[in-house]
Amino acid sequence: MIIGVCLKQVPASDSRIKIDGSGAGVDASDLKMEINPYDEFALEEALKLKDAKVAKKVIVLTVGGSDSEQRIRDALARGADDAVRLDDAAFAGSDSLGIARILAAAAQKEGVGLILAGKQAIDDDNSQVPAMVAELLGWPQVTVVDKLELDGGSFKAWRQSGGGVRDVVTGSLPAVISADKGMNTPRYAKLRGIMMAKRKKIPVYDAAALGLDPASVGAAGAKVTQVNWSEPPARPPGRILSGEVPSMVKELVTLLRDEAKVL
Amino acid sequence: MAKFEGVDFYNIDQHLSDEERMVRDLVRKWVDVEVLPIIEENCREGTFPMHLIPQIGEMGLLGMNLHGYGCAGMSNIAYGIACQELERGDSGLRSFVSVQGSLCMFPIWKFGTEAQKQKYLPGMAEGKLIGCFGLTEPDHGSNPSGMLTKAVDDGDSYIINGAKMWITNGTLADVAIVWAKLDGDIRGFLVERDDAGFTAPEMKGKHSLKASVTSELVFDNVRIPKDRILPDVRGLKGPFSCLNNARFGISWGAIGAAMACFHSAVEYSKSRIQFGKPIAARQLVQNKLAWMLREITKAQLLALHLGKAKDDGTIGIPQISLAKMNNVDMALQIARMARDIHGANGVLDEYPIMRHMANLESVFTYEGTHDIHNLILGRHITGFQAFQ
Ligand SMILES: Cc1cc2nc3c(=O)[nH]c(=O)nc-3n(C[C@H](O)[C@H](O)[C@H](O)COP(=O)(O)OP(=O)(O)OC[C@H]3O[C@@H](n4cnc5c(N)ncnc54)[C@H](O)[C@@H]3O)c2cc1C
Repeated sequence: MIIGVCLKQVPASDSRIKIDGSGAGVDASDLKMEINPYDEFALEEALKLKDAKVAKKVIVLTVGGSDSEQRIRDALARGADDAVRLDDAAFAGSDSLGIARILAAAAQKEGVGLILAGKQAIDDDNSQVPAMVAELLGWPQVTVVDKLELDGGSFKAWRQSGGGVRDVVTGSLPAVISADKGMNTPRYAKLRGIMMAKRKKIPVYDAAALGLDPASVGAAGAKVTQVNWSEPPARPPGRILSGEVPSMVKELVTLLRDEAKVL
Repeated sequence: MAKFEGVDFYNIDQHLSDEERMVRDLVRKWVDVEVLPIIEENCREGTFPMHLIPQIGEMGLLGMNLHGYGCAGMSNIAYGIACQELERGDSGLRSFVSVQGSLCMFPIWKFGTEAQKQKYLPGMAEGKLIGCFGLTEPDHGSNPSGMLTKAVDDGDSYIINGAKMWITNGTLADVAIVWAKLDGDIRGFLVERDDAGFTAPEMKGKHSLKASVTSELVFDNVRIPKDRILPDVRGLKGPFSCLNNARFGISWGAIGAAMACFHSAVEYSKSRIQFGKPIAARQLVQNKLAWMLREITKAQLLALHLGKAKDDGTIGIPQISLAKMNNVDMALQIARMARDIHGANGVLDEYPIMRHMANLESVFTYEGTHDIHNLILGRHITGFQAFQ
């Protein structure tokens, strides 16, 4: 079986995000990019299934420009066999459904039998793509999975439901599984992997190569449009108490109880 | 403290290949996640973090610039940058990797028989076999040519007698590369942990490089089979070619320790308020920070240029001496200056400063003391050799 891992690059989790001039995008000029952390769990799970010889091949599927290539190489260095980058001017302005169409087409083209993805991307937090991919392909899906077992043509997935309840779901392959934290511990790349990744070709597929109607993706196919982004309100300045320690302690407790309401 | 993002004032980054940057990012992250949270404790206890060895091996950092036998075959610049990032964590870790790769795997790879390479290198690359490098003796440090450790030919074996001192990883080692005189010639021997008559007691009480094991090696009529000699090298050239590789790595490693101290000093000076202002707003403190950045930047350029020379095969020995000497010296001075900027906090193990400072005292002395490198340069400049 071939496992497809949907992998997106996102700004490093400790970045300071700045809104760009248009007001509806992010100024990426000095952002350090990383693999979306939840996608790292998806990738690791795929690599483990390959190590266990359950999967024959792991292929990374990334919708993104050439600047995402470094993240793809990182995934190859950790042990992914192949990767395709999905890029076309017609993809610009895609909403989640557009991205899902592109990924679903790529998964089909590559003969993928299981799709693993992160449960959400930490940049826009939409959590929509994996579910949409499953829907487009007509495959079973389980979201927010932290343990997965495959057995022949079926899977068993564990997830955390509300209130700490454990939910166990079974279904048949092909399927889409979205990964939660705790599913595994992502491995470090190996230097030999880095050397091998360097030599790998990363094919780029455009809409035509994927058999996609350009009008179904990108801004043309988008059913929702982002119109405005705003930065979080500036944090009110902290307050510094002064005076004798016993009176400051009293004042602090009062403020924590009455004003901050944390006590 | 803000996340460490390296120091790159002169855009060294643009001269690195994608793979070299990937190695840098990989080791940097690994150090953040696996090393920094635990290293102070190892230091306090005077132990090496043994649980990290399999990870180091799995990533492929051991012998990473060698080709074949399970080694990654990366560039020397990649090796240098890995040393830099490791030493940003602790000189003890970098020492472990230097000793294993440059001092132990390299001589087997370069001077060993095919059978020796097959026997040791793959296991050493994985970190399953640990090596140590025995050159220094109690009475012969800077002057190894005076060594007393001796091997004698005895039919189908050699018999080794003598003692080595200050040997990194000695007690941990499965195989020791031991330099000893055979008929007056310095030769390399492979002594294994279980060879009868061989012991490697740990030296205790170091105030420097505490997260690294340092040992004596004692050879009391150690009999080893004849196939445990490195056939292809005689004389000081053997150990010195290893040392030159390790010194190259150290010239990068020291930059990592300096960066850690600089980073901490910048952060601390911005948050430490005295006389109503951050100390970073004072000219005297800025002067120190500017000096640190200046020295780190120069050291990076030295290391990068040396790395290019090593990668294209034009590296010279006096050039390695200059880089080792300069970069360790600047790192030690930066550590001391950072200690000053941190005030009393600088002596606490809450900050990495004192640990780096103490570590660098060893790095200043081992792999050729600072002044031995001065003498190597002096000989190069004047043609007079001033050692003896
Ligand atoms: C933590 C640690 C780990 C080590 N690991 C290893 C290891 O793994 N393997 C190994 O073989 N060795 C190792 N060493 C030993 C190290 O290489 C030696 O300490 C070093 O070569 C210096 O030798 P020495 O200590 O005997 O000092 P000495 O040679 O006695 O030098 C003392 C001082 O005299 C100066 N000096 C010496 N000769 C001259 C001269 N001709 N002219 C002017 N000044 C001179 C030196 O510069 C120095 O300032 C390690 C040392 C330390 C501290």
